[in-house]
Formats: sequence, structure tokens, C-alpha cells
Amino acid sequence: MNFRTLKELAEKAEQSGLSIGRYMVQEQSQESGKAPEEEFAQMASYFEVMKEAVRRGLTEDTTSPSGLTGQDAKRVMAYRDKRASLLGEDASLAMAYALAVSEVNASMGRIIATPTAGSCGIIPGVLISCQERFGWSDEQMVEGLFAAGAIGYVIANNSFVSGAEGGCQAEVGSAIGMAAGALADLRGASPAQAVHAVGLALKNSLGLVCDPVGGLVEVPCIVRNGFGAVTALAAADMALAGVRSVIPSDEVVQVMLEVGTAMPESLRETAKGGLAQTPTGRKIMKELLEK
Amino acid sequence: MRFKDVFSIIGPAMVGPSSSHTAGAARIGRLARQLFGAMPARADVIFYGSFAATYIGHGTYSAIVGGLLDMETDDIRLPDSLRIAAEAGILVEVQTGKGLFPHPNTAELRLYREHEEEPSFTIVGTSIGGGNIEIVSVDGFKVKLTGQYPTLVIWHTDSPGMIAEVTRLLQEEGINIGYMSVDRKNRSGQAMMAIETDQAISAELLEKLNGYPGIQAIRLVK
Ligand code: SF4
Repeated sequence: MNFRTLKELAEKAEQSGLSIGRYMVQEQSQESGKAPEEEFAQMASYFEVMKEAVRRGLTEDTTSPSGLTGQDAKRVMAYRDKRASLLGEDASLAMAYALAVSEVNASMGRIIATPTAGSCGIIPGVLISCQERFGWSDEQMVEGLFAAGAIGYVIANNSFVSGAEGGCQAEVGSAIGMAAGALADLRGASPAQAVHAVGLALKNSLGLVCDPVGGLVEVPCIVRNGFGAVTALAAADMALAGVRSVIPSDEVVQVMLEVGTAMPESLRETAKGGLAQTPTGRKIMKELLEK
Repeated sequence: MRFKDVFSIIGPAMVGPSSSHTAGAARIGRLARQLFGAMPARADVIFYGSFAATYIGHGTYSAIVGGLLDMETDDIRLPDSLRIAAEAGILVEVQTGKGLFPHPNTAELRLYREHEEEPSFTIVGTSIGGGNIEIVSVDGFKVKLTGQYPTLVIWHTDSPGMIAEVTRLLQEEGINIGYMSVDRKNRSGQAMMAIETDQAISAELLEKLNGYPGIQAIRLVK
């Protein structure tokens, strides 16, 4: 890849006169030595898996093997359909879709890690709901995924994308940043603006710890995906409105690395702290072990 | 760069629930199986760090065993792999390890062939996030393998010209090396080359390498 930082990514895309997504298709093809069409087709097949996961999460039984979670996407959809949502129809749709995909993951269904399985709901949630809203083609959505991937590539290589290394900021936080940047890119923001969306979003999840109850990717993971989708929309909106990330996005990525490195092991996917060690968290863990 | 391309961020396609603890574990198991070259008769699985703390909830155990059975990350049989392994007569044992380990998500696999009392193959792998892995040791030799490229692992005797010879043969076929690690147990003793290449390695080339004096064993992972 010809970029290492978000700044470089924005500059390179700008110079080639392309959106971040289209630029990344070229970069990927150069990296792999395969034709751009081939790379595009691979991503398109991932997009199909995402759509199928949304569908399954809204129609099938998503009760997880532990029995702890499931069916919340349907609850949110039913509530939204009553036109009662405080968020409004569009944001609540993104939230419902994100929950749906995460519930499919927890019930051991098929999903695409974006960038991880714990955070797999956020990007499909915002992209697929916006596709329906704005009538975007599948091709545009696949470009959006390449944009998200380009942003995630920088975050992953300069910081981390796993809860065990850097806490949930690295998983859910990264996914929100990727989704926000991709959305801004799809809505026609300049690459520099899209990168501001990433920084704005990341700042909001700095310090988020990884504390899955019972060591399961369920509580709090699934609802964090729902919240994450809404935050991504908000960050993209701010950037599109012209709000800038005063601390440059690359510096925010460095902060994520710094904060994650300072996080105690108990808050990095060990289920030894945080929500996992609350009285209820411990009780659930005990019951699971007895099962 | 730890993460190589767009699909190490968007992807893999996988069955849940965790990319590092399920998909990554499956990939470690599968790469171990490919480097071992056969279905093991017995496997000891040792988890460290976060893997040790959460392997039950995340399905890490069934994922790594699924990998040993050659399943991919999106194979819907992964959650069922322990039963499938038992039916195939494979003995699997799981332990949690303490002490130093290279990464919070580390797994060690010791594999046995039929009738072996001692494991004839050991591998240590780490799951670095989003389903991406790094194999950090094979049979006690330090390596760095991602499983994302054609991979050649060569067990050989440590002697002058060995590395030059192997890289020359690769060069003759127009094969570019992306990453290579070399390690040895002691001077003039047992050594290993682990090579990731940009192009596929042909059967003929493998043949040439196989006959080379000083090379004890070769494994190719495509
Ligand atoms: S809490 Fe941990 S396991 Fe759950 S989504 Fe966040 S990083 Fe992943």
C-alpha cells in the first residue's frame, strides 16, 4: 500500500482524483497482483454475506447458545415501525440492522469481520440502511467497503484492532471510525473531510474497555454495535457539515494506541474486569460454567 | 505492516462469535494441519492469555480443532468440530498454560502421528485481531508466518550456502520472496527456513528442493 497514515491516504486519493473507496480498489489490486475486478468481486461477495446477515437477524431466531442475548434487533424494528423512535426512522434502522448482524454473530451464524466479529454489525448496519435510504447501487456499497477497509488498514497498522490488545476502542471504536469515514466518502465528502469523520468518531470511543460477560461476544458487545451505528452516522454528519477534528485523525489513532497499551490486562478481553466482574456478570459466568 | 491488505480488515467471512478467538483460532489450527501435512492422531492444545481466559465462551477450542480438521473460517461445521474429531478417532486434549507468551491471544499445538508417544510437531500461533494470525514458532524454531501467501517451510542442516541455494532456485523460477525467517538450534545443527512468496511454487521446484542434500523435510502451504 502506498500510504501509512490517514493524511497520506487522503492526499493520495485527492491527487488521483478518486474517492477513498475507488482509490483503495486500485491499491488493493496493486498489492495483490490481481485484477481490480477480481478484488471487487471478492468484496461484493462479502457484501452479500452482510445483507444476508441483516435479513437473518431480523427474521430468524437469534437466541445465542448461552441464552443471554438474541431477538433485540426485532424488538427495535417493531418499535421503529410504530414510528415511536426518538432517534427517527433512519438512525433507528441503522441501529436495528447493526444489532441484527451482531446477534447473528453471537448465535454462531455467518458474518464478515469488520474489522472484527465483535464489531461486525456497525459497518453493515450503516451501509445497508443508507443504501435503502439513498438508493445507492451495490457497486457503490462495495466501494464504501473498500473505503472502510482503507481506513481500518491505517488504524490496524498504527494501533490495533483487537480487544485483547487494545480494549473495545480498538474493535467497536475502529469500526465506528471506519463506518463514519466510508459514509462521508459515499456522500461525496472530500477525502480530507472523510478523514475528519474518522478522527471525530475515534475520539468518542477512546478508552472503551473490553469486558465481555462470561467471555462471550454478547454483553456488552451487541448493544455497543447498535450504539456504534448511530455514532457513525453522527460523526459523518458532523464532518459533512464542515466540523473538523482539531486533533488530526492520525494523532487520535496514536492516542488509541497509548490508551490501549496502558489498559490493564483485566480490561482487555480476559473477562477479569469491568462488566464481566460485576455481581451479575460473575453470576452469569458461574452459571455458564456449570452448564 | 502487520495487516497486509483490505481483506485483513474487511473479512474474513466467518462463523461467529469472535474474529480473534474463533476465526483466528481456526486459521492457526488449519495452518498447523497444513504444515504437519496430515490429519493428526492426537493433538494437545495449550491456550495462553486471553485465549486461556475465554476459550470456552468464544468457541476457541472447537475452532482450533475445526482448523485441524481442515475447516475454513466460514465452515458452518466449526461449532461441531469436537464431535467430528471424536468420531474420526482423533484424541484432543486442552490445557491452559502459564508463564511467558508472545501475545495475549496465543495457542500452542502439539501434534502426534499414529502410535507416537511424543509429539512430532509443535507450533505456536498468535491471533492478532480481525481473524489475522501470526505463527511465531514451528518445532521450536522462530518464524513469522501469516498464512496469507504461498508458504514454504524447510527443515535443513545449518551449513554455508544453504540459504543461497534455496533462494537461487526460487529466483530461477521468478519467485519473489515477501518475507523470510531463518533460525537454527545451534551452529551446524538443525535449522529452519520459513519463506512467504508472492508467486505459487510449482511441483517441479518442490521436487528439486526435496532432493537437495542437507534438506530433511519441506512443507508447502498454498
Ligand atoms: S467488549 Fe471486547 S469482545 Fe466485545 S466487542 Fe468490545 S472488544 Fe469485542
